[in-house]
Order: sequence, then structure tokens, then C-alpha cells
Amino acid sequence: MADAQPILPPMVISTEVETSRPMVQVLHDWIVTVDHKKLGVMYFSYGIVALVVGGIEASIMRAQLASANSHLVSPEVFNRLFTMHGTTMIFFAAMPIVFGIANYLIPLMLGARDMAFPRLNAWGFWMTAFGGIILYFSFIGGFGLYGAGSAPDVGWFAYAPLTSPAFSVGHSTDYWTIGLLISGFGSIATGLNIMTTILCLRGPGMKLSRMPMLVWLYSVMAFLVLVAIGPLTAAQIMLLIDRYLGGHFFDTQAGGSAVIWMHFFWIFGHPEVYILVLPAFGILSEVIPVFSRKPIFGYNIMVAATVAIGFISLSVWAHHMFTVGMSSYANAFFVASTAAIAVPTGIKIFNWIGTMWGGKISFKTPMLFAVAAVVQMLIAGLTGIMLSAAPFDWQLGNSYFVIAHFHYVILGVIVFGAFSAAYYWYPKVTGRMMSDSLGKWHFWLFLIGFHMTFDFMHIPGLLGMPRRIYTYDASRGWESWNLIVSVGVIFQALGVLIWVFNVISSYYKGKVAGNDPWDAWTLEWSTTSPPPDYNFAELPVVRSRRPLWDLKHPEDPDWKYE
Amino acid sequence: MAAASTTVPQSEVPLSANLRGKVGMWCLIVAESSIFCIFVVAYLYYAAKSVSGPTPAQVLHVPYFASICLFASSATIMLAERALHRGNIKQFGLLWFLTLALGVTFLAETGIEWQRLIYHEGLTISTNLFGTTYYSLVGLHAFHVTVGAIGLTLILLFTLFGAVKQEHAERIGVFGMYWHFVDVIWVVVLSVVYFIAR
Repeated sequence: MADAQPILPPMVISTEVETSRPMVQVLHDWIVTVDHKKLGVMYFSYGIVALVVGGIEASIMRAQLASANSHLVSPEVFNRLFTMHGTTMIFFAAMPIVFGIANYLIPLMLGARDMAFPRLNAWGFWMTAFGGIILYFSFIGGFGLYGAGSAPDVGWFAYAPLTSPAFSVGHSTDYWTIGLLISGFGSIATGLNIMTTILCLRGPGMKLSRMPMLVWLYSVMAFLVLVAIGPLTAAQIMLLIDRYLGGHFFDTQAGGSAVIWMHFFWIFGHPEVYILVLPAFGILSEVIPVFSRKPIFGYNIMVAATVAIGFISLSVWAHHMFTVGMSSYANAFFVASTAAIAVPTGIKIFNWIGTMWGGKISFKTPMLFAVAAVVQMLIAGLTGIMLSAAPFDWQLGNSYFVIAHFHYVILGVIVFGAFSAAYYWYPKVTGRMMSDSLGKWHFWLFLIGFHMTFDFMHIPGLLGMPRRIYTYDASRGWESWNLIVSVGVIFQALGVLIWVFNVISSYYKGKVAGNDPWDAWTLEWSTTSPPPDYNFAELPVVRSRRPLWDLKHPEDPDWKYE
Repeated sequence: MAAASTTVPQSEVPLSANLRGKVGMWCLIVAESSIFCIFVVAYLYYAAKSVSGPTPAQVLHVPYFASICLFASSATIMLAERALHRGNIKQFGLLWFLTLALGVTFLAETGIEWQRLIYHEGLTISTNLFGTTYYSLVGLHAFHVTVGAIGLTLILLFTLFGAVKQEHAERIGVFGMYWHFVDVIWVVVLSVVYFIAR
């Protein structure tokens, strides 16, 4: 380690602005870059673009469902919308966002120069990017080239036999399959990179037991990426074999099984939820201590809980399949494992509360998003425990109750976490602060919109409204609930618009941040904002979990107590 | 860094950055294993569920020769790596060539077997479930052997042009891990396809 990084002279970090470099050159720099910070920003931005696209798809669906017997879009278009919305949000919004955060922060937090394999890192990003482009090419390619089919319309988990050539004519499903296959290779590459970086590139004194909590959570996340993306890849290969070579994996007439697709998909699908939520937990574990002015409560327990979540999450997949009809033994096992995973998740919530308890809390925008995420995680966890009981699930499986539950996790925790991260690390990335008052507008609008949409979405679910219907009859009594749900979308969209405006305007007009605007404790704040290409001119030796605290308070350093 | 590292006790310096190739390859092996795992599960789950013939017992012959070739190649690649560690480039090149030859022999044997199955036994990937699972599992493995053979060929060419030196032993070792992995997977595929689910 010491030999791999030659000492850099304590040079003056040049802040000279590239005054008038031609646009082409700047673009070229970004496209050929292997720098983890640029790739992190690219990953994150790609995810945000996908988030907006997927959000527009969701908005059209909500406009359609706002009133009974609506004919804004046809059933065919509605099928494409929910398929593209789900696929986009999971694979091309959430995954790139969490990978972007990992790319940017992990080397900085560990005191490394870059990720372990910088070129592989760029490869991973471009594979993910091309996967998304292939998926969206289906809108034009599906029709234009083969005269049949358009965007995929089989749902984001694409159950067999809906995907068989007989029921999915044309090439729309193939765009879905190949898009995910390719982005899956990118994900495996990035997961491998994260894991290797954490294991091999820690700076001097950065023991595993001193890593920032975010890095710990990413190590478990990377493990899950390595283990869980494989089943998806395998299932997609099988589907391609079925569709192109006449195979029979999911062809029930030839003895194949449609249920085995569900198993293979959810063996990927459930760990995937934790792949997305663990980074959000990591963000909360960084933001909450800094804005409570206390070190994180129960570091060791937090790590243990994370590892426990990682393992248990590999054994809960069939709770997505209670309504399929499994044996009572299988039901009992998956009920128990699903209920069990609530325990380590609950431990985390207690630890965050314990961190805030007695702290000097300052409600800056990152903290607001983080606190909201903790509360929403609690509620999402509670509906999760309800759904883990098989009889309850038989009643409400595939209803809007389930939709409300998992959006609570994905939007209420992961997207809130991502916004928290955006406000918290924006000064590090750009060198300027985001506007806090605009941030508060964003927060409250988004919070109100979120709760209007997803609190009230539980109710039509309880009243029996199934997912994926393109319209419903007025006599069912779902209409007013759906209207509230749809109106909430407007607030959320406004909030996101304000955020986008804030991101752009702060880049030019924001207050200059300095190295460490939040008085934080992890290594990324010890270098300049934005960090130089080589990250650290001089690496502080890490002697505790809060290396910057030790530097700022030499009279009372943490390492005396650890 | 040099100045900083003198103040750091040796115990506080984490895993060496030089290990990252190996760690990265282990990660790839984990990811690949999970892909193979699903194909093996599918094979076992669908064993004897085909609604029409031919069945494995009717058409499969255990590929003893091919298997011996592949297993032997693991030994030769190990010897090659040792030769490179000692700096004996000539011996390395020879053993490396032998590894490649054994790998290609394995692929050729697979090709011959598939030719027999397709043209004489009438078993294709779309014939029945057995055909689908057999060709995809064995084919996935053969694909990995092919990738490995391409890698072997490249390194052999580098060696012939004199670009491979003793200091590359570490990196070549990382490639060797992949080849061993492909070998271990064959142990699983061989026992599942030709012995367990017969």
C-alpha cells in the first residue's frame, strides 16, 4: 500500500478554472475518464435522468388512474408504462444512483487514490448506460425494425408464460432481457470493484473496524451484488434460449415450469431490495451522527446487523410467491425468515434514534431527509411484517397495499436517502453549498406529496384494488382515494423540480463551501472541495473511527477511548 | 506516504494493494458460481421431467478423455506458474502451450460429442427439456473454457514475442485462478450431468 502510492509534494492545489476549453474537449474528458469521482458523478446523473423518465411514466399512470373509467391511455400503453416504470426505476435509476455514491465516496472515505480497477469501473458504467439505452431503444426499434411489438409490456418481473414467443410477439421482451443482461454485467463489475477496493485499498491505519459505516454497508451490498445478480443473469440467458433457440425452461407444455422463473427471478429480486436499501442505510448512518454532533450509537451492533441482513436477505425470496401456492413447509420457512429480517432492521432504527438521542441536532436539509427516511423505514417495515404473514398476503398479495409497501421502501427510504446524500455531499463534489431554503421547500413539498400518495395508496389496496389494472369501475369506491394518490404526485414533481433548479443554480451561485462545511469526521472532508485528481495531497493516518475529529481535537482524540 | 508509513505500525497497514487482482478474481468467481448454481439447480430440477425422449441414459457417454485433459490442464498451468516464478520463461512457455492444447482438446471432444448427439441421436436444444438443460449447462461451461482458451492463447502469443517476464507471475497467477475455477466447475457439471442425474 505504502509503495503503491508515491508521496506527493504538498503542492498548492490549483483552483484555476478552465476558462474557455472547447465543449468537445470537456465532453471527451468525461467520456474517456477512468476517474472514480467523474464516474461517480456520471453514474449519479444517469440515475437522476432515469428517475425523471421513470417518474414521468408513473405520472402518466397516476393521471390515468385518478378517475374511474378513464381513457387517457389504452390498456396496451398502460402495460408498457408500468413495465418500463418498474424496470427503469430499479435498474437504471436506483442502481446507478447507489453505485454513483459508492464510486465517489468509497475511495475518498478510505483514503485511496481511486477504485481498485479504474478501467473496469468505466466499463461497468458504460455497460449499465448501454443497457438502459437498449431498453429505451425498444420504443422505436420494436416497431421500426420488425413491425411488431413496442416497449416491453410484461411487467418488471416478466412472469412466464407471458414472455413466451406465443404471448409476447415481436422483440419487445428481448429488449428488456438484453438490456438487463448487459447492465447486469456492469453491476457485477462494479460490485467486484467496490469489494476489492474495500478489502485492498484502505489507507494507513484504516482497519476494517475503523471504516465509516457507509463503507461497511457497501461491503455487504457488494457481496449481495456478486451473489444475487447471477441468478438474474442466468434466468435471462434461459429466457433468451427459450425465445430464440426453442428451449423449454419455462414452457409448461414440454414439462417446463413457469413457477421456476418466479423462483429464479426473486432469488435475485429480493436481495436486490437490500442492494438498494443498504446504501441508503449507509447514508443515514453518516448524516445522522454529523447533524446530531455525536458518534454513531452502537457501531459494532450496526455492523453485525448489516451482515445479518445480508445473509438473511438471501433466504426470503419466496415471500413474493405466497399467492402462487407453495407447500405449507415452504410457506412457514419464508414467513419465519421474512419476519426474522425485521430484527436486524429494527436494530438499525434503534441505533439511529440512539445516535440522535441527547445530541445537538441541527435540522439542515440533509438531516431532514435522513430523519424522514428513518420514520418511513419504520412504517415500511411494519407493513412488511404484515405482508410476511402468509394468510395476510393471500388476502392482499398483488394489491395496491403491496405497491404502497414497497414504494415506501424505495421512495421513502432509498430516494429520501439519495436526496439526503445529494445535499450532504454536493459541497464536496462541486465546492459550493446548495441553497438550504430551497432545500427546505423541496423537502416539505416532497414529504407532503410522498405521504399523500403512498399513505393513501394502502387504502384502495385494502379495499381490494389489484395492481396493474389500467382502469376501474366507479362503483368500486376507489375513486376518491385514487384521486388523492394522484394529486400527491404533483407535489412530489414540484419538489423534484425545485431540487433540479437548486442543483443547477447552486453550481454557479452557491456559497463557496470550503473543505469541511458540516464539521464532519470522515476522511473525504479532509481534502479540498472538489477533491483534486489524486484525492489526497497528504494522507492523515487513521487512528480511530473519526479521523477528522482526532485532527481537530488533538487534546481529546477518539483513539484514546477505542 | 513513505514518511507517513514509517509512523504507522505494521499491524495497522491493511491488505496489500498488490492482492487486488486475486481479490477481484475471487469476486468474479463468486458471481460466476451463482450463475452456474442456477443452471445446475435447473438441470437437477428438470431431470427426468422431459415429456419425450431421448433420455440421458440412452444417449450420454461419460467423457473420460476430455475430463482427464481438462483436469490435467490445471496441473500444467500450475507448473507453468511455478516455472515463471523461478524465471524460467522457456519452460513456462512450453507448459503454457501444453495447457492450451489440453483445453482445446477438451473443447474439440465436446464438439465431437455434440455432433454425435445432434446428428446421430437427434438431440437438440429444442428437442426436450433434457436437451434444453443439457446444452445450456454444458454449453455455458464450454463457453467459459473458450474464454479461458482465448486468454491462454493471448498470453502464449505474448510469451512468444518475449513480453512475458518474471515480474508478471502475479498477474498470470490471477488468470490461473480463472482456469482452475473453470476446472472446478467441470467437476460439478460432470458429476451432475453424467453421474447424478443419469
